[in-house]
Amino acid sequence: MNAVLKVYKWELLKLRAQKRTYLGLGAAVLVPIAFVVALSLQKGGPNDIPLGRYIRDTGLALPFVVLFFMSFWAFPLITALVAGDVVASESHNNTLKTILTRSRDRGQVFAGKALAALTYTVLVVVAMATVGLIAASIKWGFKPLTSLSGTKVAAGQGVVLLVASLAVYVLPLAGIACFGLLLSTVTRNSAASVVGTLMFALLMQLIGALPGTEPIRPYLLSTQFSAWHGFLRTPADWEPVIRAFWVCALYVAAPLAGAYLVFLRRDVAGE
Amino acid sequence: MTDEHPVSGRGLVKRYGEIVAVDHVDLTVEAGDVFGYLGPNGAGKTTSLRMMLGLIRPTEGYVRLFGLDPLVDGARALDGVAGFVEGPAFYPYLSGRRNLQLLADYDGGAARARIDEVLDLVELCDRAKDKVGGYSHGMRQRLGIAASLLRAPRLLLLDEPTTGLDPAGMRDMRALVKRLAGEGITVLLSSHLLSEVEELCNRVAIIRSGRIVFSGPLADLMATAGTGYRMRTTDLARANAVCLAHAGIQDVSSDDGELRFSADEDAVAGLSIALAEAGVGIVALLPESASLEELFLGLTEGDEPPAPEPSLAEAAA
Repeated sequence: MNAVLKVYKWELLKLRAQKRTYLGLGAAVLVPIAFVVALSLQKGGPNDIPLGRYIRDTGLALPFVVLFFMSFWAFPLITALVAGDVVASESHNNTLKTILTRSRDRGQVFAGKALAALTYTVLVVVAMATVGLIAASIKWGFKPLTSLSGTKVAAGQGVVLLVASLAVYVLPLAGIACFGLLLSTVTRNSAASVVGTLMFALLMQLIGALPGTEPIRPYLLSTQFSAWHGFLRTPADWEPVIRAFWVCALYVAAPLAGAYLVFLRRDVAGE
Repeated sequence: MTDEHPVSGRGLVKRYGEIVAVDHVDLTVEAGDVFGYLGPNGAGKTTSLRMMLGLIRPTEGYVRLFGLDPLVDGARALDGVAGFVEGPAFYPYLSGRRNLQLLADYDGGAARARIDEVLDLVELCDRAKDKVGGYSHGMRQRLGIAASLLRAPRLLLLDEPTTGLDPAGMRDMRALVKRLAGEGITVLLSSHLLSEVEELCNRVAIIRSGRIVFSGPLADLMATAGTGYRMRTTDLARANAVCLAHAGIQDVSSDDGELRFSADEDAVAGLSIALAEAGVGIVALLPESASLEELFLGLTEGDEPPAPEPSLAEAAA
């Protein structure tokens, strides 16, 4: 375990030293600020999306609204930016041979990389929500939130709901991250992995939007991005939340296992 | 039987589809060797080294390092082993020191405590803070050696360590390899430079189109060339007649008052006695070894790899 933690630590330090890390993180932080600025300058609002109507009532509503908007391609892209690169960049720099000829087994190296990619995914979502909450609260105040059922939720309770919502929201992103990790491992090409991962996320949405796909919609990765709605109902609706857990577990496990096996067995030759 | 040789490869084959990159290579490196793995570019040297380090899977055969197989025993098989293939590679966006810190953490143990020492050894202390992206080829090569020494290796596997270096860099790198070998580290270095192998190595294997065409002590390789001699005597005509009549003396020719012939050492010893008995005095008798380069070219050029001669096969065994 210590060995995996050492690898994980260095994966995070490597992310800290790379520009693309800040590209994604910067975007995640700028989007909620842009929302606050735009809504301050205009009268209209995103009235037809969950909690959009209450966005000027309390700073608590904004992070939820941005979660909705960023689920289409922004968060999938930011996630793919790092997850799709985390193994492929080693191929690009030819450094896989450097780290695989030390005293860490391939499985440990892979585990450290997967953990780092997932950490980044969690980090960008938390960063967006935190910045959004602070910026919007400065503008509109930290007041009680109106739930999706129309009931008032105290501001403190609203924060708890936000944290719970973020926890469920990162599950489908973890699925996307693991798909990115698989492409990164298999293609050894960063650009192909990032684009491929985004295509995968968009394809899920496309399938969900096609007529006649209703029976499979609950099991699509894209559907799980709205599982947090369950928390904002009174009483809480646990069904979408529980489904998000097991559906995303499958979307995480399958590509992760595939990537692991490929990484374990692959030939590290001139790339 | 336990096989604790620093390197022992048996029946190594690596195929990429139709292409056979390495074809039934047997290789043994003994403790204390500076082993030269010699061959033209594309002969399969790097592929062999990759298999030794567990980076690629042999299609057939196996490699053991101090008795452990990297594919079976994982990173444990690389305990006490360090090196690089196809030039060392680092994270360009991290400094030299950060790269070494990363690798030291991958190594565990006391590797971190050695960072300053190895940077000093390869004379990179004053550039250690700079990003590797700005390093010259020679500096990366030196950082590669530093990264290897962090592991306090008993076996160093170096893939063409002097390639791309300027003459001074080559000289320094060779001096470093000599020094490390002098400290008791077993070294396997691949090279396509004969002079390098001649200068550094006590044993060599020559690979050509994926096959080993010679393996053994460097001295044996030189001996297999069949040594030629030049001789000046007090009586050219009689000496010529004695040579022609003596068993084991071949290719006799006379040129500019000298006799030239090829023979093994026993035959030459016999010849000197025969000449004395015939009343011919020897003024000069000089062995003329074929250069390593001639041997190398003989072994590695031509359409088909030559079948190993009995003496070569013996040396390989």
